[in-house]
Amino acid sequence: MGSFFDQLFGREKKSANQAKERLRLVLIHDRTDLTPGALDMMKDELISVISRYVQIDSAAMQIGVEQRGREQRLVADIPLKPAGRRRRS
Amino acid sequence: MTAKVVTVTSGKGGVGKTTATANIAIALAATGDKVVCIDADIGLRNLDVILGLENRIVYDLVDVIEGRCRLRQAMIRDKRLPELHLIPAAQTRDKTAVSPSDMVRLCDELQNECDWVLIDSPAGIERGFRNAVAPADMIVVITNPEISAVRDADRIIGLIEAEEKGPAHLIINRIKPELVKRGDMLSTEDVLELLAVELMGVVPEDEKVLMGGNRGTPVALDDHSAAGHAFRNIARRLKGEDIPFLDLTNHGGLLGRLSKLLHPGGR
Repeated sequence: MGSFFDQLFGREKKSANQAKERLRLVLIHDRTDLTPGALDMMKDELISVISRYVQIDSAAMQIGVEQRGREQRLVADIPLKPAGRRRRS
Repeated sequence: MTAKVVTVTSGKGGVGKTTATANIAIALAATGDKVVCIDADIGLRNLDVILGLENRIVYDLVDVIEGRCRLRQAMIRDKRLPELHLIPAAQTRDKTAVSPSDMVRLCDELQNECDWVLIDSPAGIERGFRNAVAPADMIVVITNPEISAVRDADRIIGLIEAEEKGPAHLIINRIKPELVKRGDMLSTEDVLELLAVELMGVVPEDEKVLMGGNRGTPVALDDHSAAGHAFRNIARRLKGEDIPFLDLTNHGGLLGRLSKLLHPGGR
């Protein structure tokens, strides 16, 4: 139990919010049969495939599952590194 | 008349399938519609006791399917509501005594006998569930605002969609407004956001449900029960009326409103 002020300002995370966050993750897994481990493996493979064609900022790459209605989407955000600038004169 | 077949299911046990089936059936029958309830939970029947009809059972669902009696003989007529009928489950058999096609055939036979066929599904996702869902025109999923019940509801909704029986309709049962208000119970909005299905009703926790079960008189017969009122609303929505949902999540009080103002996300 947090203090009155923690409660008032919503600093303490309410148990219902925790339930919602946990359910959100569990449902993605249940619906897609995609484990966090498999997602990481896929991410590593994607990095190596894409890197063959274009330079990417692999540290900043993000890949995850998003829920839209009852539909799941695999969403990847892959920042590209700027190509070496060639000056034309 | 052409009956609409509505199956009540949940995945998880103990969330209120039988209670909901009994109350919706009573509320529908009270409007003058002819209703036949089928208890599909073979081996663990309970709709008979919740409806208070346990002493009048002669034949059951399996007797009908195996040809030991005619359909009409297994239909117990409720003396309080002459439009309400129950086909009880067999208690000494198991789910394999009935097949999905048996259920479809039975409901075809009831097609011209009544306005509504309400099927009380057993918990789980196996044979009993498939039996209950096979003849359905519409499926109502019951859940509680609890982590395990919501997860199981999501599984069931996925299976319903896979069987092309969707879209599923959701009833959130046993919600406690004061717990929601202080942030310790998932709200109606939370559950809807997670499950992304259409809402059919919200039923508040009400001790009269237990008392009604004790007596065999479901709360839909009680004008002063909050849960009874919610079930009557669900019956009216089933009949196509546009009834607003009970507002259980009003953030009353100065403190609640202040807290919400300061921290709009934290409910």
